[in-house]
Amino acid sequence: MNVMQLKASDFESDQEVRWCPGCGDYAILKVVKTVLADIGHSPDDVVFVAGIGCAARFPYYLSTYGFHTIHGRSAAVATGVKLANPDLDVWVVGGDGDFLSIGGNHTLHALRRNVDLNLLLFNNAIYGLTKGQYSPTSPVGTRSPSTPGGSVEQPVNAVSFALGAGAKFVARGADTLQTHLPTVLKRAHDYKGASFVEILQNCIVYHDGAFGAINDRSESQNVTVRLEHGQPMLFGKENDKGLVFNEQTGTFDVDELTNLKSEDDVAIHDETNIDRAFALAQMEQPGHPVPLGVLYAEPAAEFVDARGFTGTKGAWDRDALKALL
Amino acid sequence: MAELSVASGAADTVRKPPLVVRFAGDSGDGIQLAGLEFAKSTADAKSDFMTFPDYPAEIRAPAGTLFGVSAYQIQFDSDEVLTPGDEADVLVAFNPAALKTNLHTLKPGGVLIVDETHFDARGLKKAKVEANPLEDGSLDGYQLITAGVVKRTIEALAPLELGRKQATRAKNFWVLGLVYWLFGRPLDTTEDWLKTKFRKTPEVANANILALKAGHAYAETVELSAVRDFAEPRIAKHKNKSRIISGTQAMAYGIAAVSALGKRDIVYCSYPITPASILLHALARFEAGIRTFQAEDEIAAVSAALGASYAGSLGITASSGPGLSLKTEAIGLGVSVELPLIIIDVQRGGPSTGMPTKPEQSDLSMAIHGRHGEAPLPVLAPATPDECFWIMLEAARTAIGAMTPVIVLSDAYLANAASDWELPDIDAIPDIDWPEYKPNGAEFQPFARDPNTLARPWVAPGTPGHAHRIGGIEKSSGTGHISYDPDNHEEMTRLRAEKIDRLTARWPEVKIEDGPEDGDLLVIGWGSTYGAIAQAVKELNADGKRVTHVHLRHLNPLPRGLSELLDRFLQAVTVELNTGQLCSILRSEFLKPVECISQVNGQPFHVSKLRDEFTKRLEAPGA
Repeated sequence: MNVMQLKASDFESDQEVRWCPGCGDYAILKVVKTVLADIGHSPDDVVFVAGIGCAARFPYYLSTYGFHTIHGRSAAVATGVKLANPDLDVWVVGGDGDFLSIGGNHTLHALRRNVDLNLLLFNNAIYGLTKGQYSPTSPVGTRSPSTPGGSVEQPVNAVSFALGAGAKFVARGADTLQTHLPTVLKRAHDYKGASFVEILQNCIVYHDGAFGAINDRSESQNVTVRLEHGQPMLFGKENDKGLVFNEQTGTFDVDELTNLKSEDDVAIHDETNIDRAFALAQMEQPGHPVPLGVLYAEPAAEFVDARGFTGTKGAWDRDALKALL
Repeated sequence: MAELSVASGAADTVRKPPLVVRFAGDSGDGIQLAGLEFAKSTADAKSDFMTFPDYPAEIRAPAGTLFGVSAYQIQFDSDEVLTPGDEADVLVAFNPAALKTNLHTLKPGGVLIVDETHFDARGLKKAKVEANPLEDGSLDGYQLITAGVVKRTIEALAPLELGRKQATRAKNFWVLGLVYWLFGRPLDTTEDWLKTKFRKTPEVANANILALKAGHAYAETVELSAVRDFAEPRIAKHKNKSRIISGTQAMAYGIAAVSALGKRDIVYCSYPITPASILLHALARFEAGIRTFQAEDEIAAVSAALGASYAGSLGITASSGPGLSLKTEAIGLGVSVELPLIIIDVQRGGPSTGMPTKPEQSDLSMAIHGRHGEAPLPVLAPATPDECFWIMLEAARTAIGAMTPVIVLSDAYLANAASDWELPDIDAIPDIDWPEYKPNGAEFQPFARDPNTLARPWVAPGTPGHAHRIGGIEKSSGTGHISYDPDNHEEMTRLRAEKIDRLTARWPEVKIEDGPEDGDLLVIGWGSTYGAIAQAVKELNADGKRVTHVHLRHLNPLPRGLSELLDRFLQAVTVELNTGQLCSILRSEFLKPVECISQVNGQPFHVSKLRDEFTKRLEAPGA
């Protein structure tokens, strides 16, 4: 595909955006348009496939090709698109219901199959379009129309799930972190294979503030750690705290820099280390900063596209058919 | 044997009746292999034939048990053969369980070849048989040949110094040798095949060839001469090259033909399910033309196929009943976004898991009506194994021409039944036109329609200047933008239905297969019942009766002329392997009295049953 000089506005569709005012999806849409312009593929070579839910309306608001499918099946449809035409740049957008509830199976298989798709999970930990029921990522105790006494189920950790499914690229961003999110999405796009990005997204109507200070620009630094490959995992407004890897438990401990003998005790982020990625994926608030950025990117992983499947030597012709019979 | 003796002793002008041979044994006994070799030998003898494997759902059930019995039946004749036959002239039973479950298929006086090796206390107990049928006189009405198959196979292979177990494996070829002798068949076809098949393990080829010859020699040595009166009919059926083909293989070639004649790749997505998976196996062997994808489930399979169609390829998926249930939502999406898609349903006994290896025609209602909302789509059904080739071309032309999902209803019988197929003249088949969208200067409208077919344009991602969005939300006629406008929804609903109805103009008018243009009894069949109906009607009409047979390949919409045809007969009756689904559809469509001859026992119709049913109706209209 040719790389072109494009502007974010080149990716704007003529459709009126119908999300609730203040929805985190607006922020994500803005970032995606910027990233697409930066990548520079013509909108004619880009496909957005979505399932059902608020997030899944995404394709209507872009000037690319788009397919708004059925609940949970977007990854499977996108796999078919890629099988038919591996040259397309294919993105899959869905919410926590789409990707982790009804479509959990397809997410799992798209990831372990490692088809070259960019999967964006807009996680707002609630069912928005159906008016506020708890979702598979809602924390225990979430009060909703279907759980008036508070939900009792353990939520699924999206990035742990993705790593467990065998994903080769797992990252996390947040809707309002408008300088951080583009770098994550660009990395996801550039990765050859199935790249999984969880985007923490605020639902202003049914689950406002679900992620606390994480996507509050002024507070975010205190409750998140920005992962950069080869860099020490420091966080806090003054970069005064760090993650120390506990060899005994295989998990990360949080410590003030002032308590450490040396800054060298702070763990260096290695995005190619799957064990460390699992340890990072387990870190949650409170107690740990939430890791944002690329948790894991397996270098040079074998990815699958149509060329890996049988029958890829082109269509038959009459002579080939006669020979076959 | 009376019937056969008369024929063989009579003058040449008396036609010999068709013959039916049935092999039955454990699913590990090599029954299907022996049967297939017999079919190849039949093709070499220039007889027409039809075969039907009747196998259990269990892969390797415990040896000797009733539920582990596998059978293979073949009917052959000098005349056209339309079914695998109602009853066997020759039955081979490898153990007590096979005898118990298959004896009812043998004609009175028929030849019964039994391997008595397993008719000991243990074998009888496994088959839940009290008295030994070989000793209690219960088989007196048959020509019993107790051949000691295992013992003689081991004896024959003694020079090879194989273990007892390995030698025993050749017993199916020992029996095949014996059966070949009965029909005066040469052994060379099977010998050649064994040499090719086991060229890397010549010791296995030798063992089987030795067993084949030993069985043949045994039959010659002992007194089987009375049985040998079977004379091989010899005709040249086909002008061109032919081959043995099952419905599944024909379907695979049909899909390859769609790729060749459309000059496009096909993306075939499916999830393993009996009895549809064998189509995936057949297609996965092709090196070009068809990308096969084994999805994680039925829903993913149809979704990926639809995604492939969206991206400009033709997506095909196949399954059986339970899988079709799972696919329905995605098929509905296909109807809504108006993309081509082919869904093959190899029907089996239902509901739920039902009888996975047995044929039934009970998914017709689901195929036509089984989606939420108003979601009409074309439904096609091949009638014979070789029509499975042609139906794929028809399905592809329909799907692409009308931009719609198409359901093709096959069944467990068609998928597995095999017959001799005259290879089609590929040059005589027209191309499949892949529509190329030509911009006309005006703004692109993904839901503007062709005035004749009402099909919308198919513009795949990657097409410059035409990026657009589609989805399952109702679309504005023309622009395709999201629309909740009441009048628009009404218009779109009626347009989608009209588009399917207009297909009848492209399809052939209903055609009479056999029988007069008007009269007493119109028999309406669809799908795999073709052979049994055609044979029964042929026999009755030869007998001076007036029965007319039509066979529907297009089940939705129904073909032109059917309503008028119904008016020309005193009685109309459908023949179905369900409780009357087509019958209900015809009644509601035409408001005319239609009856149904129904069977849901997991078996194809017997010709004799249909002959009796038709006769009964001719004699007492409305009975």
